[in-house]
Amino acid sequence: MQKYKTYAAGYLFLLPWLIGFVFLYLSPIIASLYLSFTKYDLLTAPKWIGLDNYKAMFTDDYRLGDSIKVTFKYVLLSVPFRLAFALGLAMLLNQGMKFLGLYRTIYYIPSLLGGSVAISVLWKQVFDKEGIFNQAIGFFGIEGPNWIADPRYAIYSLIGLSVWQFGSVMIIFLAGLKQIPQELYEAATVDGAGIFRKFARITMPLLTPVIFFNLTITLIQSFQTFTKAFIISGGSGGPINSTLLYSLYLYIKGFTFLDMGYASAMAWLLLIIVAAVTGVMFLTSRYWVYYSDGRD
Amino acid sequence: MVINGKMFRSVVFHALVLGCGLIMLYPVFWLLSSSVKPTTEIFTSKSLWPTEFTFQHYSKGWFGLRNIQFGRFFLNSIYLCLVAVIGTVISSSMAAFAFARIQFPLRNLFFALMLGTIMLPGHVTLIPQYIMFHKIGWVDTFLPLIAPKFVGDAFFVFLIVQFIRGIPKELDESAKIDGCGWFTLFFRIILPLSFPALITAAIFTFMGTWDDFFGQLIYLSDIKKFTVPLGLRLFLDSSGSSNWGAVFAMSVLSILPSLIIFFLGQKYFTQGIATTGLKG
Repeated sequence: MQKYKTYAAGYLFLLPWLIGFVFLYLSPIIASLYLSFTKYDLLTAPKWIGLDNYKAMFTDDYRLGDSIKVTFKYVLLSVPFRLAFALGLAMLLNQGMKFLGLYRTIYYIPSLLGGSVAISVLWKQVFDKEGIFNQAIGFFGIEGPNWIADPRYAIYSLIGLSVWQFGSVMIIFLAGLKQIPQELYEAATVDGAGIFRKFARITMPLLTPVIFFNLTITLIQSFQTFTKAFIISGGSGGPINSTLLYSLYLYIKGFTFLDMGYASAMAWLLLIIVAAVTGVMFLTSRYWVYYSDGRD
Repeated sequence: MVINGKMFRSVVFHALVLGCGLIMLYPVFWLLSSSVKPTTEIFTSKSLWPTEFTFQHYSKGWFGLRNIQFGRFFLNSIYLCLVAVIGTVISSSMAAFAFARIQFPLRNLFFALMLGTIMLPGHVTLIPQYIMFHKIGWVDTFLPLIAPKFVGDAFFVFLIVQFIRGIPKELDESAKIDGCGWFTLFFRIILPLSFPALITAAIFTFMGTWDDFFGQLIYLSDIKKFTVPLGLRLFLDSSGSSNWGAVFAMSVLSILPSLIIFFLGQKYFTQGIATTGLKG
């Protein structure tokens, strides 16, 4: 009897989450898979069209091709740089130095604000022809292009904005670095190891779980970036699709053209891409992620 | 005082770290300064310090849209955020308590599913959710943005679970001996002790809701219901390059709440990020 009372209490506390899981996750996932095989414009009933959406995605839709290319470029350039800056700064700040709190705050502020519309608005200005970025490089005698309006460069302003927000990743690295026992470095110093050897043999291996974590989370988030591209391109993904990140194109298809079947198919393609990338990460992790608790 | 090598290195080091940080923040300083500079100076003056301070951009921006003021957007945003915070904290802590302290069938399965939802790209559920809210007539109300906050957020459930696991189980035992039921245990003991985790969840929910441009964009279309990000975007589109000063002024106002909350709750931020990797 007591046992069942406990079960009831458990489910009672879990009830809000369970309701949310069923209505906001489970059934929408099934519905979106179904919708991806239909033509649906929200006003008339969904019409089953089999694999037509998927066929169209791979054969007709050159904008989707552009969008995927741009998204991969964005992810492959912004994620490594963001992580590298975060790790570099974290190691620098982890020297047990004074003012750590202040520096952590300074470097975190871009992460804090970076997702806002305000910063994207600002970014439009920063990378304008007359913007402060060009003013800065003009100081060294380089004449910069109009980054936002030039299809060759527009994506780099988005990548720059993403890398600029490395602060939160840095804080996770800092927490990870603090976990590494100081004795290891002392022992290595006694054995005559230099700074690079210590980095390669102690810091890197012991930090791999944190790197793995940061890499996975940042990758998943980067594939879904929306606000920056929407604001900076004025909602178009232009010029010439050069900032048409996947989420933005999905939004245009689903909510501007009301092609909800097609947008659902796009969502499933994104899910497959993200699952594949995460899957590869997990599968390869046993070769490069080191768990010190003996779990190999 | 003799400056030795070690001290010199330290000074160079601090100068470097601080210098790089300030360069990173330069665009933000520039934004602040442009919002109080006379229009003619914004793009011409190289100095961050205005020759004269003017607040006309703020009043121009605040009253810059026809028929509506920025104050309305702020009230809407604040309302959304407060409701979201209350909903998220209550529902997430309930689920976390169940996962961390109560034994019931399928608990581990549900916990795994919950963690799975963190990894799931939101796009897969987006369209059916929209259709559902459309069918029940909730589109263009605050409800689609509020109701989902009352079913718990997987990130924060996880954060609070981790925290509750650190609270000694003996407290549960002794409470039970004293005749406490699950509800008293939750409200009287676990919740008060989880306060830091709850604050962290509250702060991140506030910021997340404040900046949730995408959700607000697809669900709100009546300008009277617009939030700050939507209002800012509208303002950018309608006045744009003709009135950068006012756009910058409103941008500054729109990031102010985030900054204030950050400085008030800084220590919870660092903890929250370090435990769950929020706000990547």
